[in-house]
Amino acid sequence: MDLYKKTAHELSSLLQKREVSSEELTRSVLDRINKVEEKVKAFVTVTGEQALEQAREIDEKRARGEAMSPLAGIPMAMKDNICTKGVTTTCASKILYNFVPPYNATVTEKLLEAGTILLGKCNMDEFAMGSSNENSGFFPTRNPHDLSAVPGGSSGGAAAAVAADEAVFTLGSDTGGSIRQPAAFCGVVGLKPTYGYVSRYGLIAYASSLDQIGPLTKDITDCALVLNVIAGHDPKDSTSAPVEVPDFTRYLVDDVKGLKIGIPKEYMGEGIDPRIAAYLKQAAAKLEELGAMCEEVSLPHTEYALPAYYIIASAEASSNLARYDGVRYGLRVEAEDVISMFCKTRSQGFGEEVKRRIMLGTYALSSGYYDAYYLKALKVRTLIKRDFDQAFLKYDCLLTPTSPTTAFKFGEKVNDPLAMYLSDVCTIPINLAGVPGLSLPFGTVEGLPVGIQFIGKPFGEGTLLRVGYALEQNTDLTKPKAQMEGVI
Amino acid sequence: MKITVKDVEHVALLARLELTEQDKEKYTQSLNAILEYMDKLNQIDTHDVEPTAHVLPLKNVFREDKLHRTMAKELVLANAPEEEDGCFKVPRIV
Repeated sequence: MDLYKKTAHELSSLLQKREVSSEELTRSVLDRINKVEEKVKAFVTVTGEQALEQAREIDEKRARGEAMSPLAGIPMAMKDNICTKGVTTTCASKILYNFVPPYNATVTEKLLEAGTILLGKCNMDEFAMGSSNENSGFFPTRNPHDLSAVPGGSSGGAAAAVAADEAVFTLGSDTGGSIRQPAAFCGVVGLKPTYGYVSRYGLIAYASSLDQIGPLTKDITDCALVLNVIAGHDPKDSTSAPVEVPDFTRYLVDDVKGLKIGIPKEYMGEGIDPRIAAYLKQAAAKLEELGAMCEEVSLPHTEYALPAYYIIASAEASSNLARYDGVRYGLRVEAEDVISMFCKTRSQGFGEEVKRRIMLGTYALSSGYYDAYYLKALKVRTLIKRDFDQAFLKYDCLLTPTSPTTAFKFGEKVNDPLAMYLSDVCTIPINLAGVPGLSLPFGTVEGLPVGIQFIGKPFGEGTLLRVGYALEQNTDLTKPKAQMEGVI
Repeated sequence: MKITVKDVEHVALLARLELTEQDKEKYTQSLNAILEYMDKLNQIDTHDVEPTAHVLPLKNVFREDKLHRTMAKELVLANAPEEEDGCFKVPRIV
């Protein structure tokens, strides 16, 4: 029985019936990591011994008849920008190469509380800045469907790990598409929750008004199970939303009758691979067949989202990353005086793209340019948010491609920052508006997975899960995994 | 060209980054290309639009003024590149 291939909900029932132990399962996944990691390189750190020890503890608890959460005993991994007490957390940056957090992020705490097993930490673009994992300060992760293609980014390691069955599920973070775009490229489910739904305490900040943690899973049911654990108000995060969280498994119903789904025409035009657009139409036709209503809608300010995003995100990043100065943690490059020490440490510790965004953000916030760039971008953000508010008066959710193309090749965009940024053109507006977005695998183009994105109202994750679940029940296009055979 | 090498030098100083001559050229070029693209935003009139810094309708999030346990000093200093007498140690400042 290939345990590592199974979903969390399948494994949960096997564990509860005691047909398998968490230790057996954890061994199976660790063996899988040993077998394929050399090709995929999804992990920065693997904590094999600790994972087995944790698994044995869970097995003992279960044997004693203690109450267990549905995810107890399930091995998972986390993006390396989420703090794990005692386990190195690097952000895939040389500047944090040796940082061992003295505390857990709230999501880490919650997942450990639920009895999940931490397998290790996943590779990413340095400080979550990038769309291909080529900006990792250590090494790039490869796409398990085609090793010459990127896994997407910035949560590329977290997406590739789930696709390659090196973890049952993972957590990523999403500032402009960093969960959804790699989920699409690797053929897994990825959710960016509503801003404020999941605590950011212990998530190493990139752009604080946009960052959100979310799950990468093998299917929609697993997504609901993980969201159940991680969502909820946290007094340690002052931007955490003080709202009640439902049981998301309630939304796993094969019924979309009467749902109104808008398809924004701005996401279907120039630059979108026509074969991806065709899949999207096929998904819409399927949903109509199942009783939903789909029609075209317009979000007129869409084309301004990308420039507004890069000003806002870079401005926030330039401020957030000021803390890396060689004083309290991470790399220090010695120098005669303190200013030289700051400059040398930061110049040698940060990679090229991180420096570019710090420079851009510093410029946009500097005296004389603040109104022209930063303030202007914040005003445009209002207009983008209004587009969504307007659309949601009429529609329950929106349907778009997750990314304009499937996974591209290594090196293809790395020397052209703007071309790289365009890879996130369909996901960025969602972060600016703060609404939830779900990427669901839907077919393949030349062997590479395609992702479609459902966008919901604030705290409307339930609707996204419902639509995704209905599609999973009614078409095999949502399961692109078979394609991977023979690659890894 | 909106940004000159001199501007890049100034911004790098503000950001506490030390750039090589080659880096300066490279960033001047790529920042100009990016800023040119950003100019797209000037196509829209935002005269009467309020800025959105944050999407949630939250203001002044306070907690009760009660003492909480803080992290032990050894833990706080555990990652320090250099420490002395329970303090972070840095090179000469003045």
